[in-house]
Amino acid sequence: MSRKRMVRIAVVLLSLLYGAILGAGFLAPYDPAEQDRAHPFAPPTRLHFVDAEGSLHGWPFIYGLIPSPDNFAEYQEDRSRAFPVRLFVSGDHYSLLGFSCRRHWFGIDEPGHIFLLGTDGYGRDQFSRLLWGGRISLLAGLIAAALSLSLGMAVGSVSGYFGGFVDDTLMRLVELFLAMPWLYLLFAVRAFLPLHISPTVAFFLLVVVIGTVGWARPARLIRGVVLSARERKYVLAARGFGASDFYLLRRHILPQTMGVFLTQAALLIPQYILAEVTLSFLGLGVGEPVPSWGNMLGSLQQYHILASYWWMLAPALVLVPVFWGYQVLADFLHERLEFGH
Amino acid sequence: MAYLLRRLLHGALVLVGVSVLSFLFVQLAPGEFFSDMRLNPQVSPETIRHLRAQYGLDRALPIRYVRWARSVAKGDWGYSFAYGLPVSKLIWSRARNTLLLTITSALLAWLISIPLGIYAAERRDRWGDRVTVAGSSALLTVPDLLLALALLILAIRTNAFAAGGMTSPDFAELGTVAKIKDVAAHFTLPLAALVLGTLPIFFRHVRAGMIEALALPSIQSARAHGIPRSRILFRYALPAAANSLISLFGFSIATLLSASLLVEVVMSWPGLGPMLLEAILARDLYVVIGAVMLSTFFLVAGNLVADVLLYLSDPRIRRGPA
Repeated sequence: MSRKRMVRIAVVLLSLLYGAILGAGFLAPYDPAEQDRAHPFAPPTRLHFVDAEGSLHGWPFIYGLIPSPDNFAEYQEDRSRAFPVRLFVSGDHYSLLGFSCRRHWFGIDEPGHIFLLGTDGYGRDQFSRLLWGGRISLLAGLIAAALSLSLGMAVGSVSGYFGGFVDDTLMRLVELFLAMPWLYLLFAVRAFLPLHISPTVAFFLLVVVIGTVGWARPARLIRGVVLSARERKYVLAARGFGASDFYLLRRHILPQTMGVFLTQAALLIPQYILAEVTLSFLGLGVGEPVPSWGNMLGSLQQYHILASYWWMLAPALVLVPVFWGYQVLADFLHERLEFGH
Repeated sequence: MAYLLRRLLHGALVLVGVSVLSFLFVQLAPGEFFSDMRLNPQVSPETIRHLRAQYGLDRALPIRYVRWARSVAKGDWGYSFAYGLPVSKLIWSRARNTLLLTITSALLAWLISIPLGIYAAERRDRWGDRVTVAGSSALLTVPDLLLALALLILAIRTNAFAAGGMTSPDFAELGTVAKIKDVAAHFTLPLAALVLGTLPIFFRHVRAGMIEALALPSIQSARAHGIPRSRILFRYALPAAANSLISLFGFSIATLLSASLLVEVVMSWPGLGPMLLEAILARDLYVVIGAVMLSTFFLVAGNLVADVLLYLSDPRIRRGPA
């Protein structure tokens, strides 16, 4: 596969993923917090095309599930009644761009249930939670990376442009932060924050913590670029014409850092998504009932869940295309923007 | 010599800086180990006050820092609230297990990635290279968490490896050989997760270093002189790639304590990871600070070792404005 094609696929894939989480309310058939206590750990619902009499249908339908009377979380299909999959059905309320809607992409008539990726221990639909949880995890990555990069940009440009004492002090601080193992640092900072907080507060705290822990590397790289850009002939010329520091930075120097900036973004975002997932997985991040990919995986720390219900692994599997997309993007940007001149 | 001293001093300063920063974070933290006790009607406020005084928590931050520093000098690294033990003892008993795991995994990853990296670099863009590169890229896109969970599922499903912990429940009654076997069985899974996690990083690094070395004019001319391929590879190119190998070596020392955190927690390996998590949840301050300090120490030491080795091996660095 040619390089260009791969990058294009990666971009399309990532846009689809982000689009899916933005439209979570519409795409998800259920509310992420809605519990169906009759169906704990229901397996992914099978879509059927051939009915009990053996005739073929052009449109998928499903059967209801009857819980097994003997064993917990074992089900049989109830072949007596078929539920066709319906499009654009009316269901739970959600808000989209500030409007309250209840139209969903697909759904099933009552009393049937459709669980494309099965349910968790409370009978909550994994597919809906995966979409809603992606909002938390993917947005945490984006916001934290934006925070890290703007901090890094500010420190790096000041340090590189003004040099001297300021530069020395700031770079010592950078070395200090680089010297700390980041996962430990994340843990440690999290350790000193309150444990029992509302999910919204937890989300913002988490983003701030992750974002502020990682500013050092982009700061150092941006400093390097600014340092060399400062000595370019046209910058010196502009300075000779009496351009102010601020004008020089904004007009001539910071545009040069774009390559490093974008490459770092493509590297940091997946790293931070993983940081959120890891912390929430360990119970240090966003808590129930709000879904995040991390806390959805949290229940897998119990071995019997891990062994019996493979669909609980779905949030970890989604990370693979996300990582792949960003990795292709980062490689491409690194080659094109930093060395491609 | 002066260079070595300067680097050592620098490393020591970084450690001091990190310890000060950790203490500052502590100050920002609401709540502490004894907060929960306040809710317990059976514990009188007197007792709590007494306990806080005993651990010095009622003092100002600088005083606590100095006390902690004194305790570090004595080799105690503060006291754990939860265990009532010196932190150093507590951490050491766990760090041993972590190091057993990470040192073995680093060695294995080295043993696999160096030959593979050299091989791929030598056959650059031919199919052998393409396959290994594609494989490493694929591994790189699998997050550690997924890798660990997937391996665990495999273990539980196949029943081939012991899953979780470091020893079986009947460990104490086993003979020496059986004991070693038992630990090895528990060891395989976290080891595999770690090796698979670090392998693509190491491999990419070695390959890039070798490709750079093979592109050197000296190697080109050696090739033009008709020197045999294996001699070029091992006698000329490998030493030329030494710098990148040395920095990789430093990196693997640096991450000895931090690389396995998550894997340990997922597979309940009794290393530093689970202990750190427990200490965080219980707000066992000095244990957290101790663990952060120890892993920072490894990071600083790894960088230091790499710098010193580079200094010794590369005259360009020695003569340059260091």
